[in-house]
Amino acid sequence: MQKKTLLDGQKIQITIKRLCHQLIENHDDFSNTVLIGIQPRGIYLADRIHQELQSILKIDNLKKGNLDITFFRDDFRRKDGLVTANSNSIDFIIENKKVVLIDDVLWTGRTIRAALDALLAYGRPEKVELLVLIDRRFSRHLPIEPDYIGKKVDSLDSQKVVVTWASEGAEDKVILLSEKQ
Amino acid sequence: MAADRLSTRHLLGIKDINRNDIELIFETADNFKDVINRPIKKVPSLRDITIANIFFENSTRTKLSFELAEKRLSADVVNFAASSSSVSKGETLIDTVNNILSMKVDMVVMRHPYAGAGQFLSKHIKAQIVNAGDGAHEHPTQALLDAFSIRQKLGDVEGKKVVIVGDILHSRVAISNILCLQQLGAEVMVCGPTTLIPKHIEALGVKVEHNLIKALNWCDVANMLRIQLERQDIKYFPSLREYAMMYGLNKQILDNLNKEIIVMHPGPINRGVEITSDVADSKQSIILEQVENGVAVRMAVLYLLASQG
Repeated sequence: MQKKTLLDGQKIQITIKRLCHQLIENHDDFSNTVLIGIQPRGIYLADRIHQELQSILKIDNLKKGNLDITFFRDDFRRKDGLVTANSNSIDFIIENKKVVLIDDVLWTGRTIRAALDALLAYGRPEKVELLVLIDRRFSRHLPIEPDYIGKKVDSLDSQKVVVTWASEGAEDKVILLSEKQ
Repeated sequence: MAADRLSTRHLLGIKDINRNDIELIFETADNFKDVINRPIKKVPSLRDITIANIFFENSTRTKLSFELAEKRLSADVVNFAASSSSVSKGETLIDTVNNILSMKVDMVVMRHPYAGAGQFLSKHIKAQIVNAGDGAHEHPTQALLDAFSIRQKLGDVEGKKVVIVGDILHSRVAISNILCLQQLGAEVMVCGPTTLIPKHIEALGVKVEHNLIKALNWCDVANMLRIQLERQDIKYFPSLREYAMMYGLNKQILDNLNKEIIVMHPGPINRGVEITSDVADSKQSIILEQVENGVAVRMAVLYLLASQG
């Protein structure tokens, strides 16, 4: 395995700050906007964005939830092994709200397709936007593009992008893993 | 941490599954419980699966519960009741089921009056089978939802004391419950008149008690079973009234215990026989929670089985 660091802790912090300011440009005081992290890996980024936004805006009532997409996946019974479900925690209705979906890595777009489906169970949002830390561009299977991007990355299908977080006991880091030739 | 898949293709009985399987089912059921409490109670997971509910014996709760679970997972459902079918014209079990399967059914949920019917069928057909009760043998999903309800109410099943009261001899719920609770580390006692306790049941590792008050003072949870008059070919006790006096649970008994216990009942209740109305409707009873959990647990079972179809 070859490892290449794409973003280190400091860069991630700068990127998150920049993403937050871009969000503020479009959402003002967030009175009608909610953040939704996608389980299992998007929730760490959602937490960070949530904290950062609240400290920049000096508010403490920004709504945030976690969305699990397991039962909405399109590869059920088509791939080996079972993906274990995670919990949903959305204790508000998203009817007529602006929703910012947050995930760490955007690759084929299938997770986001499932998330859009899963989201409907909580109401009809006014608008849904997508924020990702890493965009593995030119690898989409579906017509899905992010609205806010931390970093665009060119990668092969055989490679893997791994994001780890200090809040899960590792360090803030994005690495690109590739098989040794 | 539970395993990431079941160890079996069919759910024929608790005897065939292990503790990891049970824990995986519970963890998945937690997620489905969340799903069925949302404004939109449906997920698309089983949208390309067809399930046949084949009931050779009457049922309200189990059949409705399975059907709801299937529909909330977006499966296509066909229902079949023996009373209104060609079975009464003399068709055999395999023929009936094979005919249904040639209509491209992926999964069969079956209730049958004979023990082992599910086992038999699983050797002859390709579809996956979920046993919804076979004679006096097993009723695995009922045991799972009972244990799930105890876990939800008391936090854990391990180390808890559960007494099963009533007609143990004719009860598939009792056997499956004993096996399931023991796998999860609970202590189990059975209580009832001598005639309704099977001989050698101690061999399963359960305690036997014939005095209801003693049993209730020992336990954390009392599961009151129905007297299955339809399976009793001879008289096992002098009268229902005498049974109710000796083994019926009423408010007075409940209030005089030295602790607060949880009361369960798999339904249908014979009010005034094994349990009085004021107990069935009391705060200590979790009978309706059991029904709600039944849908979530059955969704988990169907989802997990389908994932390895």
